[in-house]
Amino acid sequence: MHIPDGFIDIPTSLAFAGVAAAGVAISLKGAKSSLDEKTAPLAGLTATFIFAVQMLNFPVAAGTSGHLLGGALAAILVGPWAATLALTVVLLMQGLLFADGGLSAIGLNVFNMSLIGVWCGYGSFLLLKKLLPKKKTSIAVAAFFAGLLSVPAAAAGFVLQYAIGGTATFSVATVLAAMVSTHVLIGIGEGVISALAVGAVMASRSDLVYGYKGVKQVLEVRSQG
Amino acid sequence: MKKQNRFWIAGFSLSIFLAVVVSFYASSSPDGLEKVAEDIGFIETAKESANADGVLADYGVKGVENSRLSTGAAGAIGVVATAGVSTVLFLSLRRKNRERK
Repeated sequence: MHIPDGFIDIPTSLAFAGVAAAGVAISLKGAKSSLDEKTAPLAGLTATFIFAVQMLNFPVAAGTSGHLLGGALAAILVGPWAATLALTVVLLMQGLLFADGGLSAIGLNVFNMSLIGVWCGYGSFLLLKKLLPKKKTSIAVAAFFAGLLSVPAAAAGFVLQYAIGGTATFSVATVLAAMVSTHVLIGIGEGVISALAVGAVMASRSDLVYGYKGVKQVLEVRSQG
Repeated sequence: MKKQNRFWIAGFSLSIFLAVVVSFYASSSPDGLEKVAEDIGFIETAKESANADGVLADYGVKGVENSRLSTGAAGAIGVVATAGVSTVLFLSLRRKNRERK
């Protein structure tokens, strides 16, 4: 999923870098009001864990692998603002230290993974949480589907960038079909890892889980009434 | 506070274990985007990263021959660096007192 230099032309890369920078700036503000003494260390730990798990490519089909993106997972654990920042730190580390993802493509990658991955994952998580029973286990179930959906969504972000500034001339429809079908498969792995990780934190420290707060409030109101 | 520390240490240790030990067993097949680019034919438009010759490029430490050691060391460096940068960032952003909104 990490776009190398060259796939997308420089003007398009710069434009997306601008959008990505704006998204990160807004997230810095949002994270300020959502992080406290307890959740700030968890946000750092979430970025660290995502970096580690992104190294673990799993096979999905003949000759293809995928790895966790972590946007949905991070958003559920620490909220979408801190998640956007966590993914951005991971992408910067990968691009700057490990040459994973092109330097001119950092804005493109932040747009797809830190913005689309996180916000699409978080949006679908909120929707699923509403639809599912108000139980602790529903959080992990919602994490599975949120993770699953976030990957083809991020892949569609690449297709958008390709449509605007791709340096190759293959049809956008061909690229879209291939990207989405491949990344639905990778999304299943994303969903499994997200559900396991969210489930583990729910089991040990559910008080830290950002996405669980709403459920808890509903339960508190009921017990008072 | 102690509970908090224990949780952090457990998560950090798991991350180190995954990046240092398990990473060696990761699939080396092309990822989704690379595979699509190969199949459709635009992989040739990729350029080498400007820091492709960096000491840690492609998750290995330059000069370390043993691939298990090389990947493991790169993983350890990445985990420690990510933990350091992100923890400093998030601690500097957090609300210092709970009353303030």
